[in-house]
Amino acid sequence: MPAYSVHATLSKPVVLADLEPGAAGMIEEVDASGPEGQRLLDLGFLPRTWIRMVRRAPLGDPIEFELRGYRMCLRRSEAARVHVQRSPGGPANTR
Amino acid sequence: MSGAVLGAPLRLGLLGSPNSGKTTLFNALTGMRARVGNYPGVTVERREGAIRIGDRRLVVVDLPGTYSLRAISLDEAVVARVLDGDLGEAPRALVVVADACSLARSLLFVGQVLDRETPTCLVLTMMDELRARGGEIDLPRLERALGIPVRAVVGHRGLGLDSLRRLLARPEDWDRPPVLPPSGVENRAAWVDSIVDNVITRRPGANRSTDAIDRIVLHPVAGTALFAAVMVVFFQLIFALATPAMDAIDTGVEVTAGFVHTALPPGLLADFLADGLIAGVGAVVIFLPQIVLLFGLLYLLEDLGYMARAAFVVDRVMGRVGLEGRCFVSLLSSYACAVPGIMATRTIPSPRNRLVTMLVAPLMTCSARLPVYALLIGAFVPATSVGFLGLQGLVLLGLYLLGAVAALIAAAVLKRTLPGDESLPFYMEIPPYRMPTFRLWTSQVAGSAWAFLRRAGTIILGVALVLWVLLTFPRAEAPPGLDAQQAARFSLEHSLAGRAGHAIEPAIAPLGFDWKIGVGLLASLAAREVIVATLAQIYAVTDDGVSLREAIRSDVDPHTGRPVFSDATVASLLVFFVFALQCMSTLAVLRRETNSWRWPAFAFGYLLVLAYGASFATYRAVLAFGSGT
Repeated sequence: MPAYSVHATLSKPVVLADLEPGAAGMIEEVDASGPEGQRLLDLGFLPRTWIRMVRRAPLGDPIEFELRGYRMCLRRSEAARVHVQRSPGGPANTR
Repeated sequence: MSGAVLGAPLRLGLLGSPNSGKTTLFNALTGMRARVGNYPGVTVERREGAIRIGDRRLVVVDLPGTYSLRAISLDEAVVARVLDGDLGEAPRALVVVADACSLARSLLFVGQVLDRETPTCLVLTMMDELRARGGEIDLPRLERALGIPVRAVVGHRGLGLDSLRRLLARPEDWDRPPVLPPSGVENRAAWVDSIVDNVITRRPGANRSTDAIDRIVLHPVAGTALFAAVMVVFFQLIFALATPAMDAIDTGVEVTAGFVHTALPPGLLADFLADGLIAGVGAVVIFLPQIVLLFGLLYLLEDLGYMARAAFVVDRVMGRVGLEGRCFVSLLSSYACAVPGIMATRTIPSPRNRLVTMLVAPLMTCSARLPVYALLIGAFVPATSVGFLGLQGLVLLGLYLLGAVAALIAAAVLKRTLPGDESLPFYMEIPPYRMPTFRLWTSQVAGSAWAFLRRAGTIILGVALVLWVLLTFPRAEAPPGLDAQQAARFSLEHSLAGRAGHAIEPAIAPLGFDWKIGVGLLASLAAREVIVATLAQIYAVTDDGVSLREAIRSDVDPHTGRPVFSDATVASLLVFFVFALQCMSTLAVLRRETNSWRWPAFAFGYLLVLAYGASFATYRAVLAFGSGT
């Protein structure tokens, strides 16, 4: 993990899978290795992209996210590749 | 260019992500006159439509929906291979279809298309939805930013189509971007974001109706209950509505065959027309009610946006055996019939998950097994009660459960052991709810029915005719003095199939089956329930249920003096029908969907081995521990 400056004092980056429903943040880093990582980038899971966790499925997995004007669900295992910086103040722009 | 009309038609590639409205636009442009085929070596469907705009002839190639040109599976690679010209002539110009509401994602894909340096234009769909949410895109500014023509359409209402048609007729005049988009992940993202900031003059608000509906539909408790209710209704409707139609088709076939028998002199021609050809056509048409109903409901839920939600709810369960939510509906449909169930796997994007689902779908207890189970259970399981439950019903439930559990175990094993494509990551878009359009829906349903008739129906008819030959030839002269039923039995026993039944007796004797069951098993390849009619013919009784039940109950082995249908044999035969892929229609549709005979052969083989092993074990177990009858 790279070192963080300003943001790190606000909150620690978490992986996408750990966001709770309604929580938003900005993507910091994506593990882009392998075909899964490459596909995440092509789906728009890119650094400096605003993202919001919408809800978990009734059984806890997969998880629905909103980003770049659309909604995509990922399983926890894929969502763990994406690190986000929480945005504590107000709703982020995911549209 | 006036000479354009004389040359070969210009090929246009239609590209876009799933849910982008690409299919609606393709239908609107081509008027649904699509030629459908398969790309070689993969399971991807090939769709092309010839159109004429002014004096220009064009072929619109509908490429499979994809989020990226960087393929991570063989099926996905089809898009790039078509663009490269590896699969027929390469499209000379590309049309990217993108949802206006998710421009910030779609432009990533547009960038990948621009990298190919082929004339490209962008078509934005769902502009009505964007405006309804208060959003606005400055199209001229987007054209300038991308350096390519951009048009907006509302595909299902035909808005913007004339302007688009004029554009499509002259790709040589399209603007090309002066420079390619910057390369590298970060630079590309910055390029997209700066364009989006520049051209979206008003950001859309939340999709309030979708949010409100999803609060209930995806609620942990209410959503799960709704999912169960939708699936029960879905399944019940297929059964309840298809059964009368299928009975009507059965009656129609019988009446037509009977008419042929009375109109023509008795002999080979009448037999061929009535029992071969008409029965064979009936064997194909009988599937249409289920296929039309299943796909009618499936596409309705899909176009509405519910299928993605259903898969979202059930994904965790299917994930346990290595599959995913989208496989659930296929397997559920296979309870009615594996043929539409296997066709329904087309909605599964991962080729490996799709293949595994197709290979285990025949294990789900389809409705064709019911007459077989009903005959054997009715004849041999006493109608007593266990507690307040009937024993016959419990045995039937047990057979259903055995099939379902076997399907899940087989799925888990096949998912781990099949060679080939790596496991793909799981991702699934949750589209906004949309009102389905009648035109799109009818074209989807009609397309499925037509594809079945043309591709699988021809194989089913062919096999039905072969089976008729086996059951009819050589024609033996029945000794005088036999009544019609005994004569039928005589000719069947001396037919190729009858001899084959005798020939395979040593192989099936370990399962407790004699040659008569062997003939029944061979004939049931046409369709599982055919074994009932075949046994009736062998026992020279009418197949009204009661007399056949009596006949098989009282049949005694001439050598041992024991009943042919002992408890052990009945249990073994029931178990055999749980596992064996005794259905040429399933094999034909597997051939059609996988585009090769390899997978139907594999499915038949592995299920035969399972059936043989399980039947043998059952037979031995009942002999050892059973009542000994």
